[in-house]
Amino acid sequence: MPGPAQMNNTRRRFLLGAGALAATAAIPNALFAKTYGSARLVVVILRGALDGLAAVPPYGDPDYASLHRELAIAAPGGADGALALNGTFGLHPALSFLHERFAAGELVVFHAVASPYRDRSHFDGQNVLENGLTKPIGTADGWLNRALTALPRRSGRAGDRAVAISQNVPLILRGEASVISKSPLATPDVDEDLLARLADLYSKDEWFSARLSEAVQTEKMVDGAADLSVMPKASAQAGYPDRVGAVARMASELMRSDGGPEIAVIEASGWDTHANQGGARGLLATRLAGLDKGLKSLADGLGPLWPQTAVLVVTEFGRTAAVNGTRGTDHGTGGCAFLVGGAVRGGQVIADWPGLHRTALLDNRDLKPTLDLRGVFKAVLDEHMHVDANTLAKLVFPDSSGARPQPGLIRA
Amino acid sequence: MQAEIAVLRFGLGAKPGDLAAAADEPRAWLMAQVRGPAPLAVNAPLAPSDQVYAGLLAARDERRKMKQETAAEGADGKAAFNAIREAYQPHYRAQVLARAQSAALTVRPFAERLVHFWSNHFAVSADKGVVFGLAGTLENEAIRPHVAGRFVDLLTAVEQHPAMIAFLDNQYSVGKDSTAARFASRSRTADSRQPKRQFGINENLAREILELHTLGVNGGYSQADVTSFAQIITGWSIGGGKGRLAGGVPGRFYFRDNLHEPGPKVFLGKTYAEQGQRQGEAVLADLARRPETANFIATKLVRHFVADDPPPAAVDRLSRAFLSSGGDLAQVYAALVGSPEAWEADARKFKTPEDFVFSTLRALNVSPAQPEEVIRTFDLLGQRQYTPGSPAGWPDTSKSWDGSDALMHRVLWASRVGAKYESGAEPEDLAAASLGGYARPETLTALRRASSSGQAVALLLMSPEFQRR
Repeated sequence: MPGPAQMNNTRRRFLLGAGALAATAAIPNALFAKTYGSARLVVVILRGALDGLAAVPPYGDPDYASLHRELAIAAPGGADGALALNGTFGLHPALSFLHERFAAGELVVFHAVASPYRDRSHFDGQNVLENGLTKPIGTADGWLNRALTALPRRSGRAGDRAVAISQNVPLILRGEASVISKSPLATPDVDEDLLARLADLYSKDEWFSARLSEAVQTEKMVDGAADLSVMPKASAQAGYPDRVGAVARMASELMRSDGGPEIAVIEASGWDTHANQGGARGLLATRLAGLDKGLKSLADGLGPLWPQTAVLVVTEFGRTAAVNGTRGTDHGTGGCAFLVGGAVRGGQVIADWPGLHRTALLDNRDLKPTLDLRGVFKAVLDEHMHVDANTLAKLVFPDSSGARPQPGLIRA
Repeated sequence: MQAEIAVLRFGLGAKPGDLAAAADEPRAWLMAQVRGPAPLAVNAPLAPSDQVYAGLLAARDERRKMKQETAAEGADGKAAFNAIREAYQPHYRAQVLARAQSAALTVRPFAERLVHFWSNHFAVSADKGVVFGLAGTLENEAIRPHVAGRFVDLLTAVEQHPAMIAFLDNQYSVGKDSTAARFASRSRTADSRQPKRQFGINENLAREILELHTLGVNGGYSQADVTSFAQIITGWSIGGGKGRLAGGVPGRFYFRDNLHEPGPKVFLGKTYAEQGQRQGEAVLADLARRPETANFIATKLVRHFVADDPPPAAVDRLSRAFLSSGGDLAQVYAALVGSPEAWEADARKFKTPEDFVFSTLRALNVSPAQPEEVIRTFDLLGQRQYTPGSPAGWPDTSKSWDGSDALMHRVLWASRVGAKYESGAEPEDLAAASLGGYARPETLTALRRASSSGQAVALLLMSPEFQRR
């Protein structure tokens, strides 16, 4: 049981709080008010390994069409062609909202990017993506939780500062800092008297006690937003595109609530396209359209907060450069990532493109990564969330000296 | 607490009378349950996988027809998708209901938990369209017969089950030098209007057999081994298709010689001679004997039955039993039941939603009558049956289930269960029958002070001692 971690929590937080307080003494109040505590960060984890060569087609690469064949996205201009980014890269035609944000200078597209993980297991790959280390085991907490413990204090607001938009907390947000979880599935009519009695019944059990008070606190945040919650569908297959939207709306609602969290984590699955992946239309296109719509819902929902928001969209690894025998792609390495939001200095594609020529592929099969995702994470946490660089290097991403922060991702 | 541990931790929770039945010889009570197959405890009218799959094929034909008919109107394929879903839906519902009833009623709850354990180890996910109606058939047809048998038989039955082959896309994996591929490349030159189709392997099933079913991710295999194994099992398919995929009994495992990559192949340093279907079976037999496999299975069993961080001594004990018995699962279970680590009184596993629901059914001595109740319950609690979403299965550690939102959904469900509870049994008697010595005095006090028997039931179900095993 997670009891011991909870007990350390108070002391650890106190120490970090004291340090942060000392740091703020040197900063003028006006700057403090404007900057700290106002930034919002959403991390979207795409579980299953998104095909970066379909989401961000490198149509200008001479080997792209012959490798990706019927899954390739055509150059911009034609029917079902890519949405142009620059002379080499485009976006999948299903990503129209993201394309709009690129034109508005709010989207950075990363390509040939990967976590430090180099094998091809989803589950180890997701562990590395979320634990912030170079290997899948070694810690039970996530980098975003460690960053949370080092976040500058916000003025005048108590409560948990991060939320997982799901019933349970994914690895990236697990750890010493307390976080809440809230799925879009409604919990109407939980009897107040029962909750009070449970609080009493849990008084000697620290873990149950903490969880229940978090749950009650979260319910209060969404009290006025019951219409955003969805009831469970009786059918065993809920429509995919709607699901991302529901999750995104819940995230934005919580972040806009008084004293609500500044950080949210969203998960979306269904990217493991081993068979019949499709090209401009088909399986993956439907998934991408759902994601794009979900991101639009998030932006719409955040409304006035959007200008101070950055959304990271990441996946555990990319997929094979060549189509496999079943009109799909197998597990690969390098892929794409997105950073979108009103706070983002967008309109740029960041890619040290290694090319798709046979001799350039990793292990003769995968897009070779030339950019470490942790460099992106560090830059966002530094420039956007004001976690200091030293803490990032030591606590949040140990062993990441090779992953230099990508500067200039956030508007001044 | 020995009887309580046998019934609550190894089993699925106590029905009235369970604790008494296990009291004399808790270990013998457990071991008597794991002899032979473990069929469903209820007589449910479930269609076997070949019938379910035949329904899918018929729905696909229907879809093709509908597409042709509505092509002029620019149909979006939604109706066609629904045709498949409608063909599958009744099967899924019946399977999920039978599973919950069996968990509620079985007199072999340890065997039933092991069925669930293996079903999750060899996970398929019903949220993939083709698997939707087949997921339960894997559990009932491949796992239940072999749950206390030899691991190699369990493994082979699972990897040759249509649900697994369809879930991990092996039915269309084609060897580059197979007769089908060579024939196609010859005929292509004759008719150049046909779009060029690339033939090749799909390595999904091969990779997951190694990573998730046998050796484990650190089991010492390379990408080259994955590729080679994928070639070895080209041709492992499902009967009943068209054209290149014609042949075989629809919905049954079928080895398609014409898709198989011919020739001897090297896997983990050993050369396997060409012998068609048996080439892959020989690899499975070797995988089932490896110490990495023994260690991986032992670790997962100990994590499930003892603690999230498996004590190494217990893992080692199970691993040795696995190896010395040639993968005789009954002997592995005997080593588990014989492990002192599993009998320590503090309950360390936070129940999954499945554990919670099944133990509730048993505590209240009820069995669901309608699939709808079961489906809604698991949707609410976040563990829709047979849909772990990934081939890794549902996570088996407390941290994966202990979100505050998850707790609130449990409270909501417990209060609904309480509101519907009509039996005359006193809540304190319920607590005694379902928790035995684990019931804390403060819980009993809370039950006595509850404002209604429904509220008392909700409090009992949400008590920390009921939420753990």
